[in-house]
Amino acid sequence: MTAPVQTGIGGFLSRFERLRERLPGDPRQRLAAADAFRRAGLPGAAAGRREEAWKYTSLRPVADAEFQQSVTPLTSGSAVLERLPRIDAPRIVLVDGVFDPALSTLPASVTFTRFADQPAFGTLARPNSEPLVALNTMLAEDGVSLAVSEGVDAGLLLLVSLATNGAAFHPRHAIQLAQGARLTLLELSVGDGAYLHNPVIEVHVAEHAALTHVRLQNESSDAFHLSTLYAEVAECGTYDSFALNVGARIVRTEVHARLDGEKGTTHLNGAQLLGGSQHADFTTVVQHVAPSCTSRQTVKNVLDGRAQGVFQGRIEVAREAQKTDGYQMNQALLLSPDAEIDTKPELEIFADDVKCSHGATVGELDADQLFYLRSRGIPDAEARSILVRAFLAEALDAVAHEQVRAVLEQAVEGWWERQAA
Amino acid sequence: MLEIRGLSAAIDDKPILQGIDLTVPQGEVHAIMGPNGSGKSTLAYVLSGRDDYAVTGGTATFNGHDLLAMEPEERAAAGVFLAFQYPVELPGVGNASFLRTALNAQRRSRGESELDAVQFLKLARAETKRLAMPDDMLRRNVNVGFSGGEKKRNEVLQMAILRPKLAILDETDSGLDIDALKIVAHGVNELRGPEFSALVITHYQRLLDHIVPDRVHVLAGGRIIRSGGPELAHELEAKGYAEMVAEAA
Repeated sequence: MTAPVQTGIGGFLSRFERLRERLPGDPRQRLAAADAFRRAGLPGAAAGRREEAWKYTSLRPVADAEFQQSVTPLTSGSAVLERLPRIDAPRIVLVDGVFDPALSTLPASVTFTRFADQPAFGTLARPNSEPLVALNTMLAEDGVSLAVSEGVDAGLLLLVSLATNGAAFHPRHAIQLAQGARLTLLELSVGDGAYLHNPVIEVHVAEHAALTHVRLQNESSDAFHLSTLYAEVAECGTYDSFALNVGARIVRTEVHARLDGEKGTTHLNGAQLLGGSQHADFTTVVQHVAPSCTSRQTVKNVLDGRAQGVFQGRIEVAREAQKTDGYQMNQALLLSPDAEIDTKPELEIFADDVKCSHGATVGELDADQLFYLRSRGIPDAEARSILVRAFLAEALDAVAHEQVRAVLEQAVEGWWERQAA
Repeated sequence: MLEIRGLSAAIDDKPILQGIDLTVPQGEVHAIMGPNGSGKSTLAYVLSGRDDYAVTGGTATFNGHDLLAMEPEERAAAGVFLAFQYPVELPGVGNASFLRTALNAQRRSRGESELDAVQFLKLARAETKRLAMPDDMLRRNVNVGFSGGEKKRNEVLQMAILRPKLAILDETDSGLDIDALKIVAHGVNELRGPEFSALVITHYQRLLDHIVPDRVHVLAGGRIIRSGGPELAHELEAKGYAEMVAEAA
């Protein structure tokens, strides 16, 4: 039995009306978020409205999509897990945004709570200025909260999202690292069919703590993956992230990183491999609030078919944030004449003693390199794939954890095989 | 045997080669000498299949294959090797894996079995040693951060591993000091034999003291204006190109 279909802004709002008595957490925040979402709508869905933050990405297809009120997974979660890369680490699994204890093996050194049990919307997320955060705040039913205690090195943890055709889900996650704590989090998102995965993640990194956050988005080719992450980094803390986007039909990877204490570091690196008519938007805002902080962003795009890649990177340096060191680079390799990349870097600097730079390169494969390989007997298609892999290998070098990097390399290979097929 | 008949080629409608006739019998090493802009590098590129040159006339066959109808990789598999004047850097591509991929691609297209990583490394280490190259050259990315001399030696290493039937050396001597020049020449001489031919393109006679050619051809204005034995290189060195071109006119 499938429940009635809902579409558009109205569909999400009516779902909220139906669920609101049962949704966990502060009902006033839910109502305020619903008001914000009603006012804002989905970017690009209404004619004539074009917000600067959504200049290159329209969520009209999300508004037009039909989502079910409830879904039943066709494949068992354990069968899906079988297909995922084997990696020796505890894992937390969510199915359609809801924690699944049977599929999860909880970590020993991380305190884990469910949003459904202890709902908290956090302090960083801004439903009033981000429509997707409003949608998430209105409809979040579950999510995970992870906390690592002072001085603890929690090693590697997997956060897996499995999704079902027809589902629309809005998990709410929080990650907190206490002073000197360390964690490597590998986030894997996969699924079957057409669905909406709209997570909001809030990250707090305390003094001298370090979170390595590697995100592999390998959703179904009909899916929408729209994630918003807020990170706050204290003195000498590190938020080091790498996002690899290979799946989904429309992707938004939005990250707001705030360097709040001296000598904090953030890396917002990533790679996007797109083909067909995929659209992936990588949008970052780095706020240098405290002095002597470092931010690094290198995002590489490989675009085939009619795919469109977007990179919007904004670095804000406050008046007090002297000795800021900010760097941003967006590179795109266009494998087809119909592929497109849009890049919008923005620097907003109020301090006078800073080092900030940004750059972008867009190109096709280098003809000299291609000829060099072919002149050695390597066939054209193989030579092209060697050059694309080389371009990506440099990006994946940013991921130091070998097991994790191997998972990403495997995803790159999978993408390449799909393109060749 | 390489046979070139009336070969003409142009780039962006500008004629460069204007009717080249040249035969390199199997087992022979021929030198092509000529002033800058005479078409030496164009000849090398046209023979190895670079597609920004338009062949406007003539033929080039190698052991009966119509070279001009083949893709660059097919020419390589047929045994043609170009040592580049300016070897290309490949960031993110390891030298060993590049060489193994190339060797196995050629072997595959000839219906031979591929070498596994262990077999390949054994071969590659032996060749690096023979060419007095440091082992780490195999571990580094292709030509990235290599000095000019290292890049040229890496070309010779590739040649030693791929074992071509026809090597085209495009100014392999440029930018080499005398020690590196000797290593490169030694690498070429080691391959000489009844199955190996080479076209050594150079501006200077110096390289030909170390790789002594069977024949020397002088290229000027896109044509071969004189051919002779090794002594022609010395004559050229004494007279200079201008005089020889004037004599031939």
